[in-house]
Amino acid sequence: MIQIQEKLQILADAAKYDVSCSSSGSKRKNDGRGLGDATGMGICHSYTEDGRCVSLLKILLTNHCIFDCAYCVSRKSNDIKRAAFTVDEVIDLTTNFYRRNYIEGLFLSSGIFKNPDYTMERLVRIAKKLRQEHRFNGYIHLKSIPGASDELMHEAGLYADRLSVNIELPTDEGFRLLAPEKSHAQIMQPMRYITKAIQENKEEKKLFKKLPLFAPAGQSTQMVVGATPESDFQIIHIANHLYKNYRLKRVYYSGYIPISSDARLPALHTPPPLLRENRLYQADWLMRFYGFAAHEIADPMHPYLDQEVDPKLAWALRNLHFFPIDINKADYEIILRIPGIGVKSAQKIVSARKFTFLQPDHLRKIGVVYSRAKYFMHCGGKNQLIHDFTADKIKALVLGGNHSKYKVKQTQEQLTLF
Amino acid sequence: MLTTYIYDGSFEGFLSAVFTYFERRPKQVQIVQEKRYQPDAFAGVLTVTSDENQAERVWRGLKKKMSSQGLSTIYSCYLSELPCFEHILLNCIIRIFEDKRRVEADFSCTFMLQLSQIARKVGREKHRFEAFVRFEKQANGLFYAGIEPDFNVLPLIAPHFTRRYADQPWLIFDIRRSYGIHYDLQSVQEVHIAESKNRGNSSAKISYDDKEAQYQLLWQDYFRHVNIPQRKNMKLHRQHVPLRYVKNMAEIVNI
Repeated sequence: MIQIQEKLQILADAAKYDVSCSSSGSKRKNDGRGLGDATGMGICHSYTEDGRCVSLLKILLTNHCIFDCAYCVSRKSNDIKRAAFTVDEVIDLTTNFYRRNYIEGLFLSSGIFKNPDYTMERLVRIAKKLRQEHRFNGYIHLKSIPGASDELMHEAGLYADRLSVNIELPTDEGFRLLAPEKSHAQIMQPMRYITKAIQENKEEKKLFKKLPLFAPAGQSTQMVVGATPESDFQIIHIANHLYKNYRLKRVYYSGYIPISSDARLPALHTPPPLLRENRLYQADWLMRFYGFAAHEIADPMHPYLDQEVDPKLAWALRNLHFFPIDINKADYEIILRIPGIGVKSAQKIVSARKFTFLQPDHLRKIGVVYSRAKYFMHCGGKNQLIHDFTADKIKALVLGGNHSKYKVKQTQEQLTLF
Repeated sequence: MLTTYIYDGSFEGFLSAVFTYFERRPKQVQIVQEKRYQPDAFAGVLTVTSDENQAERVWRGLKKKMSSQGLSTIYSCYLSELPCFEHILLNCIIRIFEDKRRVEADFSCTFMLQLSQIARKVGREKHRFEAFVRFEKQANGLFYAGIEPDFNVLPLIAPHFTRRYADQPWLIFDIRRSYGIHYDLQSVQEVHIAESKNRGNSSAKISYDDKEAQYQLLWQDYFRHVNIPQRKNMKLHRQHVPLRYVKNMAEIVNI
């Protein structure tokens, strides 16, 4: 018992810098007799003190590793305690945690021991045993190990819901600096294989309904932010490329947390770039749910996202000629572009205006952040107050509103007098 | 004059009261459940008996004017048990029946908007309890969880747990509402246990599976070790796991 406890501590510690957490998007059903079901939306079962969600049992099979990547806690040269689970230990933890409703499933990654095939084979064996012997239908996320054979990758896809391989460093320069044993080409190889296999499975499933699922929740990846000097522009464009050409479900951004005194990396105790990470996620959402193109969010002229305001507001401020937008007439996609209006509000607006000519008060009740949206929209009809503010002025007003609502109210009243 | 319809608190009873309204069409009406009724000298009172046929007629009528999603917002609003829910629901139903159009998406109407907002709150609570239920395995093999949700979400979460835990017997008990749902490997039944039995120190008498304590310990360990201290953000943590839910969650030990 003590032993498994210590293993769990070491191997959870080693896995936690992988930020992927989602447990949604699968189609694996319980046949009525097995354990678990992965058909619904993902579930976050708990949240740790850092505010991140706990949805899967996220562990490494082992933190022994033959590589020496400077950014990684499990690198060969790091003097830390090493441990390895047995296949049955992982299965026992997964099923028993699952039965108590602690988790949605298993996220299994591993350091590379001996060679890629040897490692991948262990990961696949665990997933297979869970599915076949324990009739486990919960969510399984496996790491694709670069360099593993196509046969093993294919088998992994049959038992896992999601596969991922982490790019970690956005550019080859980064690799040369921090992980000279690895290269982009090497990491993209399993991703390319899985993308193709998922596509083929989808096509064949149209013809043969009973064909087994193949990684039904798709692929994801992660990039470390702030370990190497890439710009937001580079990161966003790589993400966009992965969404478009590899059909990834998610790209995660992990603000680098200094874990090494290596001179090539930010010094220990440098605070992680949380705000930058947050802005990147906002940009990611704009691409996936708001119909923004990558070049609208960041370009060589604006290689870094504005830290003061979110990327949607930043875009609006750079494109004032696009506004103001008539809430009662504009298309859904256009309304989504208004700062202060999210997906839910935009949908409600489009529904509600079929019944009533919408006024600011309706918008507030629906959930629009009117204090922000008002600079970019109007309700049509007569008596429109047309603003003639500069981008700087609007930015100051919006930011002012964040600190003191009272203050912005005063300014507003003064301005409406003109 | 204001008329008060009193009903037994059941969904069927509420729909019967709605039926009665359409039958009699009083000018001003309020629907109140028995246990919340406070006599009012200026209001006429009518006790509505729960009637399966009447309830079904209202429900069928609604079905013709709404999507199945819309219907479930009505049921969710009932499960919210909020003090104002009868008022909102009645007004929504009147609007739905009297307007020739399909008005469920008219979010410019205060009542329809409130209905969707309450249903959203209830939906959030449902999702929370699909996440926050923590089973403890008892010596007899039963997986037991006690919960204290803000809204009456047991009817909403039952299908989720039935699908998921098809091969283990379980019982989820709403401590505040003194009833639970029990799955015996065949079907789910509502169970009502005398309050005295389940309150207070009863947990001392339950005998647990030999390994239960070990798994809880491992889970607490895991929970501590996936945390990244350099990213500590208690405000966000609290926002996701409000304090009122914590006491039934095995991983959060010292607050």
